[in-house]
Amino acid sequence: MTRPGAAGLIWALLVIIAAAIVARATYTADLSAFLPRSPSATQRLLIEQLRTGPAARLILVALEGADARTRARLSVQLARQLRSDPRFIAVNNGDAASLERDREFLFRHRYLLSATVTPQRFTVTGLHAAIADSLDLLASPEGALVKPLFTRDPTGETLTILEALGPGPGPRTSEGVWSSRDGARALLIAQTRAAGSDIDAQQAACQAIRRAFAASLATIPAAERRGTALLMSGPPVFAVASRALIKGEVMRLSGLSAALTALLLLCVYRSPPALLLTLVPIASGALAGIAAVALGFDAVHGITLGFGITLIGEAVDYSIYLFIQGAAHWRHSVWPTIRLGVLTSICGFAALLPSAFPGLAQLGLYSVTGLVAAALVTRFVLPGWVPRTLAIRDLSAPGERLARAVQKLRGVRSALVLAPLLAGAALYVHRGTLWNRELSALNPIPAADQALDEQLRAQAGAPDVRYLIVASAPDRESALAAAQTLGARLTPLVAQGVLGGFESPARFLPPLAVQRTRRASLPAAAELSARLQQALAGLPLSATRLQPFLLDVERARTAPALTSADLEGTSLAAAAEGLLARSAGGWSALLPVSAVASADLSGSAVARVRAALAQERSVHAALLDLKDETDRLYSGYLSEAVKLAVAGFGAIMLLLWVALRSLVRVARVVAPLALSVLVVAGLLVALGERLTILHVVGMLLIVAVGSNYALFFDRSSARPRSGSVPLTLASLLVANIATVLTFGVLACSRLPVLADLGSTVAPGTLLALLFSALLARPPAPPDAAPGAS
Amino acid sequence: MRLQRRWVGVATTLALAAACAASAQASATPAFDELLQLLAARRHGHVTFTEVQQLAMLDRPLKSSGELLYDAPDRLEKRTLKPKARTLVLEHGVLTARRGQRSYLMELREYPQVAPFVESIRATLAGDRAALERLFRVQFDGTLAHWTLLLVPLDTTLAGAVTDIRIEGERDVIRTVQIRHSDGDRSLLTLGPEIPP
Repeated sequence: MTRPGAAGLIWALLVIIAAAIVARATYTADLSAFLPRSPSATQRLLIEQLRTGPAARLILVALEGADARTRARLSVQLARQLRSDPRFIAVNNGDAASLERDREFLFRHRYLLSATVTPQRFTVTGLHAAIADSLDLLASPEGALVKPLFTRDPTGETLTILEALGPGPGPRTSEGVWSSRDGARALLIAQTRAAGSDIDAQQAACQAIRRAFAASLATIPAAERRGTALLMSGPPVFAVASRALIKGEVMRLSGLSAALTALLLLCVYRSPPALLLTLVPIASGALAGIAAVALGFDAVHGITLGFGITLIGEAVDYSIYLFIQGAAHWRHSVWPTIRLGVLTSICGFAALLPSAFPGLAQLGLYSVTGLVAAALVTRFVLPGWVPRTLAIRDLSAPGERLARAVQKLRGVRSALVLAPLLAGAALYVHRGTLWNRELSALNPIPAADQALDEQLRAQAGAPDVRYLIVASAPDRESALAAAQTLGARLTPLVAQGVLGGFESPARFLPPLAVQRTRRASLPAAAELSARLQQALAGLPLSATRLQPFLLDVERARTAPALTSADLEGTSLAAAAEGLLARSAGGWSALLPVSAVASADLSGSAVARVRAALAQERSVHAALLDLKDETDRLYSGYLSEAVKLAVAGFGAIMLLLWVALRSLVRVARVVAPLALSVLVVAGLLVALGERLTILHVVGMLLIVAVGSNYALFFDRSSARPRSGSVPLTLASLLVANIATVLTFGVLACSRLPVLADLGSTVAPGTLLALLFSALLARPPAPPDAAPGAS
Repeated sequence: MRLQRRWVGVATTLALAAACAASAQASATPAFDELLQLLAARRHGHVTFTEVQQLAMLDRPLKSSGELLYDAPDRLEKRTLKPKARTLVLEHGVLTARRGQRSYLMELREYPQVAPFVESIRATLAGDRAALERLFRVQFDGTLAHWTLLLVPLDTTLAGAVTDIRIEGERDVIRTVQIRHSDGDRSLLTLGPEIPP
């Protein structure tokens, strides 16, 4: 009696410690589960972009319903409210006021922003050519646009700047604000100040938009606002939604799993105390698992908790074996088998520990710790607590029936040969499309929402940034200088049609050196006046008309340098500020690159951009293909997971050989497991599924869980007097039903990671039990009655 | 019987008058409708033009010349040959300007300041009454043999740019297009004879 008491004390102490750790741990549900733990240089750039990049901070807002005029009023109101909210750097809706502010900024600073401001431009011949060009334009219908500016900007610098910006696939304007092409939605683009990885801040930003919409709506008479709706999309919205989804799914699924398992055990045991005792190792295991992850990682990922449900499926088995097979056989017969089963499971899960995919590594650590804890509690704590009076339903009779059924089934086991053949054939037929190598395979965002995002992006002219040049520099100013230098390399590529265009922070915020050079190109007032006199010879224009021009140039010559403060209040602020980021080693300038017409750059275009970057030795820059990189990252995880799974399988074989000391027995244990994995893979593929990393992990789980079944059959045939065959069978069936229930619940998850895992393990373990039963050597003769070993 | 017929006659007249009042703003004359039909029937045009623009800030007028091409209903091309070559094409509401190597695109509906200059001519050539009345208050004068359309922009924010556009023509041919700006600037586009294909 002393030992169980001591064990209980130790258990209680550990539970308190683990609970304290769990209570203090941080929990996340952001991208971190999918980002590599020790990234390469390119991956680091990618991670930075995904976490803090401008694309990760963009919220697309669409207003639907009512009529165009009402939507426009809403759009203006909404934008006004959001612009005064410090959570947003910029809010663009194309309204005249903000457009006017942008134009005003570009016009006022034209002599610092225009690339054609060179000393040559302000010589007599340069002025003559530029003014003649402008006159020419004045005579055309578009002249209406430049006429009001002509006397202040006769050399057409404003136009140079606007041309450099390109026509842009900007949204259509309807009733004075941006609208979708079909005119059915008003569009806004908001950029948040907080990084994309700060999901709390992003959630606050999304809520601010909803509140502002509700407030704007309230100012419009009820009759006019009929049917108006707010649509939001973009990475921040998705991040918030995935977090909510993960949270909701984990709560819902673990609750459902626990309830179903409890119901099953209550039906089987017909004893509430036994049910309660069964929960002890499970709860202890889960607690220990979370505590271990909290200690081993910066934060516990929500997905890990989701995987944690899997622990219920296996840990519950131990106590099922204890209760059903009976305490009498426990220490000498049942426990050694369970011990080997736990060890094989640990081998399987431990293989995940070194994974670069933090999600998998967390799953590995969680499961190893959880299983060890659950097994130890079942072995040392639980037996001491089982009251002598505890009576669970005797399952001998159903067990006998089960044994006879298995006996019958064995008659047709030669048909099993077909299983690997059919599965192999299915895998062979689909060999080209076996794997899904895209990270989007794990994307929890529903396809409809992704489609809406794509639609809004197309309509707002804000295509998903796929190609990005990242230039790193020690400080902000040199990052701008790098952007300027790279821009000069990229401009010819745009002119040659290799690229559709590019954006650069240096366009609105030229580096100080460039600003100095441009300012130095402007002649002093007297000199310019004299040159202008000569330049106007032969043109239908007298210098007296261009006094405003002389004044503006003189003002630009003496004006202070342009800083980001000047950009405030314009929509260009987002373009400049969003493209400059503080990074680990200093600052980086981002130059999003777009392809001609289509969204994808051709291989040769990528090569030419890379070559252009390589030529510019003074700048440290790289072209990043965000989609390609994320897919490569995932693809790396996938092949790594396959390798780890194979290694885990190898470790399990080795362990079995050491424990069983017989190749034949190892083969008898492993054969049904291998067969189950093969058949499940064949089934999944035949059903049109493409295998992801979670399917691979699921297969490892089939082996880990299934090995318990196979080992019990092995025990029954190797040591016929080790326990009651019918009771063993009954306990295995109950354990398996519990496993299938928990993983079956996972298979219904809306999170692809959990669904993939569930849909592999649920059928896999069922098959593992079936195959183990059919392939085991005939059990001991019936006269080997249950008795002490 | 007679009485009845008279009543019918009066009713018809009244109804007709009401219909005319509703359908036309200031140009209810049958000649205008006839003109529009005549213009609409013409599918293709290719003429020379000369243009003189008088801008207050310039010491002398800007003169240019070239060719004007039209294909019903919505393609208009202005090919300036002198003093510098450049092309301006209006097609399906998109204006493409080509100067030297470069070309620029603008969606006309997004540049309401530019629209009156080109839509006035295109819509007149197409006999497109709806398009004309979307942008302008239209006043018809004269006869089919010699007519004048006075187009006054409806959009008051644009009134700063264009005061009115006076288009003169004979039957299905436009002779001159005169544009007056609110700042006193003026331009006169004179269309020459048809260039045979």
